[in-house]
Amino acid sequence: MPAMRYREALNQALREEMEADERVFIMGEDIGVFQGAFKVTEGLLEEFGEKRVRDTPISENTIVGAGVGAAMAGLRPIVEIMTINFALLAMDQIINCAASIHYMFGGQVRVPLVIRMPQGAGHQLGPTHSHSFEALYLHVPGLLVAVPTTAADAKGLLKTAIQDENPVIFIEHESLYGQRGEVPENGGPLRFGEAAIRREGDDVTLVGISRMALTAEKAAETLASEHEVEAEVIDPRTLRPLDLDTILASVEKTNRAVIVEEGWPHGGVGANLAALIQEQAFDHLDAPVARVTGADVPMPYSKPLEQAAFPHDEHVVSAALATFRDL
Amino acid sequence: MASKATASQKKPSKGDDGRAVGADASALDRPRHSLPDAETCTAVHEKMLVIRRFEERAGEMYAKAKIGGFLHLCIGEEATVVGATQALRAGDYLMSTYREHGQAIARGTPPKEVMAELFGRSGGCSGGRGGSMHLFDWERRFLGGYGIVGANLPLAVGVALASDYTASDDVTLCMSGDGATNQGTFGEAMNLAALWSLPVVFLIINNQFGMGTALERHSAETDLSRKSSGFGVPGSRCDGMDVLDVHAVVSEALEKARRNREPQLIEAVTYRFRGHSMADPEEYREKEEVEEWRERDPIASFGRRLAEEDVLSEERQAELDDEAVKLIDEAVEFADDSPLPDLDSLYDDLYVYSENGANAWWTVDERSPETHRGEAERDSGDVAHELAEAGAAYAGAGAGDAKARKRRRKQDGGEAAEGEQAAADREDEGGGD
Repeated sequence: MPAMRYREALNQALREEMEADERVFIMGEDIGVFQGAFKVTEGLLEEFGEKRVRDTPISENTIVGAGVGAAMAGLRPIVEIMTINFALLAMDQIINCAASIHYMFGGQVRVPLVIRMPQGAGHQLGPTHSHSFEALYLHVPGLLVAVPTTAADAKGLLKTAIQDENPVIFIEHESLYGQRGEVPENGGPLRFGEAAIRREGDDVTLVGISRMALTAEKAAETLASEHEVEAEVIDPRTLRPLDLDTILASVEKTNRAVIVEEGWPHGGVGANLAALIQEQAFDHLDAPVARVTGADVPMPYSKPLEQAAFPHDEHVVSAALATFRDL
Repeated sequence: MASKATASQKKPSKGDDGRAVGADASALDRPRHSLPDAETCTAVHEKMLVIRRFEERAGEMYAKAKIGGFLHLCIGEEATVVGATQALRAGDYLMSTYREHGQAIARGTPPKEVMAELFGRSGGCSGGRGGSMHLFDWERRFLGGYGIVGANLPLAVGVALASDYTASDDVTLCMSGDGATNQGTFGEAMNLAALWSLPVVFLIINNQFGMGTALERHSAETDLSRKSSGFGVPGSRCDGMDVLDVHAVVSEALEKARRNREPQLIEAVTYRFRGHSMADPEEYREKEEVEEWRERDPIASFGRRLAEEDVLSEERQAELDDEAVKLIDEAVEFADDSPLPDLDSLYDDLYVYSENGANAWWTVDERSPETHRGEAERDSGDVAHELAEAGAAYAGAGAGDAKARKRRRKQDGGEAAEGEQAAADREDEGGGD
């Protein structure tokens, strides 16, 4: 299996799907001549031309809306939003239109649209370029939400997102673009709603969202080597649909769960998962479901403050150990 | 509290450059167009009559609580609606705002399907999912009413992009109100349409008010046809009370968009005779102003001209009116008879299911004690039904709606909405928690 960077895997998925289907095109700010703020669309303009690789003005709400309209009329648009914070300008089109149109018009029309965007802290981009907003989209019925962590998942899930008939929020992570991973040659689309078990273990279940799946894996190594705790690490890969079965099966085995996310605590992915786990597996729990989340503040710029504002593996280790207290 | 605007503030006037500003369409100095053939004249007059009678009856049905939510009527704007849609080809797309019953009917959606949608019935053109503000008819390329002001502008750009992308010569006609010209999407959409040379025509239906705020109080530039040109979309104006003028100007714009890929904007200067919605006490305008505009009633004035020029006699017009009333009677009957959507359908059409994408999802209904697995549509019946029943019971327990329910029951002469009664029964059985 060839190893490639996360951004290269995404690029390959875009290329393959554009080759396979004439209706697929991509538009966004600086994706063509500039080749993408994070170089995900590198080389695509040259290969596919201006009709299918479209630089747009800085008008997020209208770019997304144009994507919705084009999807309704039979195309399969991919919209790249430079940073997830910018997509807040497009929330009207994402929720009132993309997510609602199939339902509110009685199923007469579909919106096969992909909105790709990166999120995440760690590059000192400050309070308007670094947040993690998967919970905002998880909240919305009608959307599918993918949060790939590895290069292989990035490619497989993006291919699925492009082929799917629903609007997909495809959340990439700025810190993952440079990560290398093995990607199956001629790998096809990956099913949504199938979690990946990154590490098996019997003692505690760690659920990590997006980059936090890697943080959880790192924490699991420490738990094993220093605390004789074998953690099972689960990466849900998509939040809508959610593979709750895999998470519940793990919790039924380990009787403990820690959810790790980069986003804010209130109304977060962890809050939602904790509710689902206690509703579905209350009798299996030996400890309250724990959450490790980003700090409840806008992302600060200064390096030590920023580092303190999102979870690191040591926080996950502490949270996991805390589930064994008082037993 | 906003005081009533004085009449002098709202008097139509000419700008420094002599162009008409403000409210008065007659100040536009539009040319008088000759009448088309008798058949076309009859069809146009008939459509306007059907829309007028539909809207009047919808208002009555709203007062009878047959229609819920908001109801926005287009009475007074019929010439704009019909004149513009008559200019479309069958393959062209039409998008509208939430004041769009007339647009759907003008495009060919049977009035009974529109009325059924207003009644929230399964026979409605959106299956009862959208209601008055979200009509849709894919077959007739009516791509929807949209409830968010300005939201349809980017969508129209996207639909036009698809036409251009597939080298089709279909044009998208996107209708918005005067209020939409103040949204960010207005400038964004104009810019993108011009930048990409897309086949789209934006028709601004200037009915003089963004809800209850008069044009002069919401837009610094009151000649709305000038608001797009800086973005690269040339604008023009038409007399929205004259169906022939609307048709002529929109036809020309559609051809420019179709042939030359030059997007266009048109401002139709018109007036809505009724409130913004049925819940509008109309304290922001003088009765005299409404009366002045009513003298220019687009249907009456077109009718007068048809009679004067011996195209359609007053008797024949009266017959057409009777037929329109009858058509709407049938629409109400159809809507009344159309079944309410099945509770089992609550989760239908949320997702399109496929092997690799969405195939199921977890959902939680806080109103019921269980967490449910949403399944593929074909299997979702039982679970969805349970959820919907729990939801209906929960809604039935809400004290806030009690008065409205009582009133509706009274008005319906005791034939209370069955769902509500059923919910109340369940409540009595202790199913409300």
